[in-house]
Amino acid sequence: MSLTSIFFTFFIYISSLIFIVGVSYKLVQYWNTPAPLKIPIAPASLNTSGVFLRYLREIFLFSSLYKSNKWTWLFGWSFHFALILLFFRHLPYFWPGEVPLILYKTEVFKYSSYLLFFGLVGLLSRRLFVDRVRYISSPSDYLMLLVLIFITSTGMLMTFGNNHPNMLLVTNFASGLITFNWSELPKEMIFMAHIFPVFCLIAIFPISKLLHAPGIFFSPTYNQVDNARKKRHISDWALDKEQGSKIDIENNNEKK
Amino acid sequence: MTKDNQIKLPTYLEVPLIEKDSMAGNGPFKASKEIQQSLGFPGEKVDNWQQVAIDKMAETKSKYRSVQVFLDACVKCGACTDKCHYYLGTADPKNMPVARQDLFRSVYRRHFTFAGKYFPRLVGAKDLDEDMLDDWYNYFHQCSQCRRCAVYCPYGIDTAEISMAAREVMNVIGVGQKYPNQILGKVQKIGNNLGMPEPALKDTLEDLEDEIKDETGVDVKLPLDVKDSEVLMVTPSADFFAEPHIDGLIGYAKVFHESGVSWTLSSYASEAANFGMFIGNYDIMRQGALRIRKAAIDLNVRRVIVGECGHAWRVAYSFWNTLTGIGSGGSDDYSLRLQKQLDSNYPQPQHMIEFTYDLIQKNKLSFEKSKNDHRIVTFHDSCNVARGSNMGDIKNGQFILPREVIKAACNNFVEMPKNTIKSSTFCCGGGGGLLTDDLIKLRVKGAKPRMHALKKTEQESGVNTLAAICAICKSQFSKVLPNYDFDPYMIVSVHQLVSEAIVLSESSDTEV
Repeated sequence: MSLTSIFFTFFIYISSLIFIVGVSYKLVQYWNTPAPLKIPIAPASLNTSGVFLRYLREIFLFSSLYKSNKWTWLFGWSFHFALILLFFRHLPYFWPGEVPLILYKTEVFKYSSYLLFFGLVGLLSRRLFVDRVRYISSPSDYLMLLVLIFITSTGMLMTFGNNHPNMLLVTNFASGLITFNWSELPKEMIFMAHIFPVFCLIAIFPISKLLHAPGIFFSPTYNQVDNARKKRHISDWALDKEQGSKIDIENNNEKK
Repeated sequence: MTKDNQIKLPTYLEVPLIEKDSMAGNGPFKASKEIQQSLGFPGEKVDNWQQVAIDKMAETKSKYRSVQVFLDACVKCGACTDKCHYYLGTADPKNMPVARQDLFRSVYRRHFTFAGKYFPRLVGAKDLDEDMLDDWYNYFHQCSQCRRCAVYCPYGIDTAEISMAAREVMNVIGVGQKYPNQILGKVQKIGNNLGMPEPALKDTLEDLEDEIKDETGVDVKLPLDVKDSEVLMVTPSADFFAEPHIDGLIGYAKVFHESGVSWTLSSYASEAANFGMFIGNYDIMRQGALRIRKAAIDLNVRRVIVGECGHAWRVAYSFWNTLTGIGSGGSDDYSLRLQKQLDSNYPQPQHMIEFTYDLIQKNKLSFEKSKNDHRIVTFHDSCNVARGSNMGDIKNGQFILPREVIKAACNNFVEMPKNTIKSSTFCCGGGGGLLTDDLIKLRVKGAKPRMHALKKTEQESGVNTLAAICAICKSQFSKVLPNYDFDPYMIVSVHQLVSEAIVLSESSDTEV
């Protein structure tokens, strides 16, 4: 195997490992951090199915963002929707063995890269031209968008610009990563330029704002049922505190 | 009509361009050594304050999932930037919710995250230095914890949680705000925010009874510390002395009179408002709530009802069961004792609006609605009721019930513009521990979005009465309405409207 192939193989494994370990660490951290008080935000759900529906609305439709700002919603939703379609579009490359027929049908999803590009450029324009959004943007916020635009552009150039790398090599390389049956990387620069930043983003996932993806599921304002009067909600540390104090229930006194 | 501070309102609510540092300053008055120490905080800024603050941040984020998740999850999309009434009123970019959080988040990133430790400039991480602390003090006291930003955030990030955490950290290093901390001292010593002792409270209530008798000829009672009453009424202490609040208290008394349900106030727990929430301190908030539990048990009541007070109702509805066991479902000794004592036919605690609404539904109250015909009424949803509580245990009950009570007592009810009511309501500008004269400039500017909506409604439907169910809203509006060319007396309690229209029967011998 060439040095480049070895480098990329290592790089992809390491960034995937950072992703898995890092995100697991954050998930465990979020899971273990108690939410001591009931703080659901209006429109709060009075039961679990309400919470479930709320999440469906937020995750698939970005409903709060829609309420908030139509432009940001349009760009943000387009970007995320296209991202999902393109994830499936890339799945056949990684599929070990015979690829199910249905996955080949995702070929058509390649056109959603236009939507992806549109969304990203829109989001970047908001950062550049809306004074409020410019004020809150850090260099990393721009960088992330630029990197995503770069990834999109290289992908589109390969797909629509007759710069196809050898598809057999791509498939062997990608599925080889899954089956630990490593093989050579296509030599086209544009291909390497496409995948390198992807795995950079995967590596920084657990230490960046990309944590919004798991974060939303742990947001107490969204995931709590609004039933504080019906059910006593108490965290372990608060309970310890209560048990630490001397309760004289006959005389109705609680002393430290 | 010319007045100082008069503000001309545009025809539509504009989102201003940012004006950096337009609200820069030293923030509200700081608490004295005595005040700080009475709450168990250091009397003055401790020497190694940076270390203490960082340690406290670590503790807070390990105890509150909200803080940990909200610090990580923000993507700086900008959805919240034009949602805060203080930003809309002041144009200071640090009053944009995300920028306010970023004061805290930048320090979190610097001290607790890999990217912030090694690439601080790239991710906007900053050290906690004197300048940063000054910004914390100034801008975390320009947040009324109204939670409007959280409604619009795609991740539900609630700036109130961050501002509570920041205030807690500041208190722990000895930098506290005078207004809430002084008041908390009074509650803990005397039982209410005013520091009004039992004899004074007793006198006030007797005067009110005389006043009602003179006006209506009916003996309406305002009982104090009466054991074995059916209901313990806990209301913000402003209801005992402030205008227009006191007319709301008279309204509660008349409703109780008509209901025939025996009730009492408590001199030990004569305060519903719980400023412990404002400063983000669980223990202090709990101590306030425990006074109410103690009073409920000592007076051996069967129900606990809370008066018109926004933050109080959020604490009562959302937190009391957690803090004290007043509610159902708990299995500790106190919860069980309370469940045995309190009437399980009713939710515990209940809001006065729920009580009145139930009576209206059962046709137990009669109104002469024409008494309110000189009024065209609109309703201001108080932020903490609207976004942090419920009423009637039905979806959006906190919006429906107060409106139904108003409509039962008034013929003319109109709504303000849709994006300024219900879950999108604007804070009055004085909530969350900011209702103090040293912040009056902020309060006037922060009221602008609400005043704008009111102005529009005035022009369109001639509204002349603004009803609210929060002691802070009532005080704040009385003060700032003239700045926007409104009559300061147009703000009323919902139960004042009830009080003016309710038909009283001679004696309260009905029912029970």
